[in-house]
Amino acid sequence: MESLIHARGLIKRFGDFTAVDGIDVDVRRGEAFGFLGPNGAGKSSTMRMIGCVSPPSEGVLEILGMDPRRDGPRIRAKLGVCPQLDNLDIELTVRENLTTYARFFGISRKQARHRADELLEFVQLTERADSKVEPLSGGMKRRLTIARAMVNQPEMVLLDEPTTGLDPQARHLVWERLFRLKQQGVTLVLTTHYMDEAEQLCDRLVVMDGGRIVAEGSPRALIERYSTREVVELRFDAEGQGAYAEKLAGIGERLEVLPDRILLYVADGDAATAEVQRRSLSPAGVLVRRAGLEDVFLHLTGRTLVD
Amino acid sequence: MVTLVMPRLISFEGTGRRAASVTERNISTLRSAYWVVMVSGFLEPVLYLFSIGIGVGALIGDITLPGGEVVGYAEFVAPAMLAASAMTGALSETTFNFFGKMKFVRLYEGILATPVRPIEIALGELAWAMVRGVIYSAAFVVIMTLMDLTTWARAAVMMPATFLVGLAFGALGMAVSTIIRSWQDFDLIAGGQFALFLFSGTFVPPTAYPEAVRWLIEATPLCRSVDLIRALSTGTTGWLQLLDVAYLLVLLALGVTVAGRRMEKQLCK
Repeated sequence: MESLIHARGLIKRFGDFTAVDGIDVDVRRGEAFGFLGPNGAGKSSTMRMIGCVSPPSEGVLEILGMDPRRDGPRIRAKLGVCPQLDNLDIELTVRENLTTYARFFGISRKQARHRADELLEFVQLTERADSKVEPLSGGMKRRLTIARAMVNQPEMVLLDEPTTGLDPQARHLVWERLFRLKQQGVTLVLTTHYMDEAEQLCDRLVVMDGGRIVAEGSPRALIERYSTREVVELRFDAEGQGAYAEKLAGIGERLEVLPDRILLYVADGDAATAEVQRRSLSPAGVLVRRAGLEDVFLHLTGRTLVD
Repeated sequence: MVTLVMPRLISFEGTGRRAASVTERNISTLRSAYWVVMVSGFLEPVLYLFSIGIGVGALIGDITLPGGEVVGYAEFVAPAMLAASAMTGALSETTFNFFGKMKFVRLYEGILATPVRPIEIALGELAWAMVRGVIYSAAFVVIMTLMDLTTWARAAVMMPATFLVGLAFGALGMAVSTIIRSWQDFDLIAGGQFALFLFSGTFVPPTAYPEAVRWLIEATPLCRSVDLIRALSTGTTGWLQLLDVAYLLVLLALGVTVAGRRMEKQLCK
C-alpha cells in the first residue's frame, strides 16, 4: 500500500525545546489518520512539518513520495490545509476567498469560479457567497476554511483540530462533510483532542504525549488494548471516596479514584455493579458505560492538566 | 457534489506566476474606499509643487545645477517631488500594510500552505506597491509636462526611472518591516522618511550644506533618486546617473533578498 506520509525518527526542535521527539508514522492512501494528544504533545508541530511549512530538525520525512526540504511547492500543490486558527482573508468575500486561493495554485480564473461554486454548495455556504468573512459564525468560517483546503483537489487534507471551539450542531455538520470527503477517497490527516471525533472519523490513530508516540492502532484496538470493555462510574457521598476505594479492591482490572467519583474498569459492568451491592456499599450514583477512547487517552497521557 | 477525480488543475509555471497571484489577491481587495487613499497620495506631491516649487520659488528665482545649467526653482523641485512620491507610494504599501498582513492578520500563513514561497510573496507585494506608485508617478509626470517643467520626451524616460526608484524603496521598506517588531517602530520610519524628504537635495542642492553633512546626504537613497530623475527631467544626464541606477539596483536586490529570507525564517519555523 502506498504511503502518503512516511516518517522515521522525525524530530522538531525549537532552540532547546524538543516539540517532536523522534516519531515514526506511515499514512496510507485513502485512510483517515488521527494524531491525538493533549496540548503541547507535538501534534501541530508534526502537522506543520507534514504541510511543508516547517523544516524537520532531524529524521526522515517523505510526503507523497517527495522530500519536503526540496520539493515544498510541488508537495503543497497536492495538499489541502485547514489550520487550527482560521486564517481566512478578511478583506475578501466568502467566494473571493476561494477564487483567490485557487489562483495561488495556478488554477485558471474560470475554473476557480466553477470550483468555488461547487465547494460553496458542498459546505452549504452558497447563500453567504458575497458576504464578508467577519460576520460569519465560527462554524461557517471553519466550513469555509475546509472548502478552501479543497480548492486544489488535494490528494491529502491536513486538518488541525477541525472542530475545536464549535458548537455541537456545527461540529456534526463538519464531521458529516469530512466523512463525505473520506468516502470519496480523500486521505484525511487530523489532530484532535476530542475522543468522539477520533472515534467517528479515524481509521487509525496515534496517541502523542510529550513529543512521542505512546500508542498506535484503530480506535477499537486501542480501547481493547489499553482499557476494559466497560467502565463503571460510582459516586459516593461527598467525602472520602478514597475510603471506599479499599472496599472496592479486587473488582475489575483497574480502579481509579477521582475527586468526585471512582471508576472501575471491568469486562462486565452489570456483574461489577452486582458485586458492589453484594459488598453492601451503596453509592449515590452508578453509571455503567462502554469504554471509549477517552479512557485510553487519559490512561496513557494522565489526568494532569497541560497548558 | 464535489468531483474529486478530475483532470489535475495544477500547473507549475513557477515564481513569476505565483508572485503575480499574490499581486492579484491585493487587486481583488480594491474597494471604493481605497480611491480616497489613492487621491490623497497623489495630491501630496502636487500640493508641495504648487506651494513650495511655485510659491516659494517666486521668491528664490533660478538655481544653478552642478553642471552649470540654470533652471527655474519649480523645474528644480518638481523632479524631486516625483522621486519623493515614488518613495512614499512604495513605502506606504510595503511598511505599514505589509507588516500588518505578516504579523496580525495571518494572511501569509494561509498563502504559504499553497505552492507560493515567501520570496514570491515578497515579489508579489512589491509589484502591488508598484501598481499604486506608477499611477501616482504617471499623473504627476503629466502635470509636470503640462506646466512646461519638462518635455514629453524626457517624461517618457522619467517613467522607468521612477519605477526603479519605487522598486528600490519598496524592497527597502519590506526588508525593514521584517526586522521591526511593533507598530511603534513605524513612528521612527515615518520620521526617517520625512527627514529624507526634506534634506535629500529636494528643496536645496546638497552642495549648499557643510562638506561632512553634504556627503552624508549624497549617500541617501532618496538623494540618488532625486539626482537621477532631476538629471532626466532637466536633460542634464551624465555618468553619475549610471551610478545612481546601480545604487538603486543594489538596494532593490538587497531589500528583496533580506525580506524573503526573514519572512522564511519567521513564517516557516
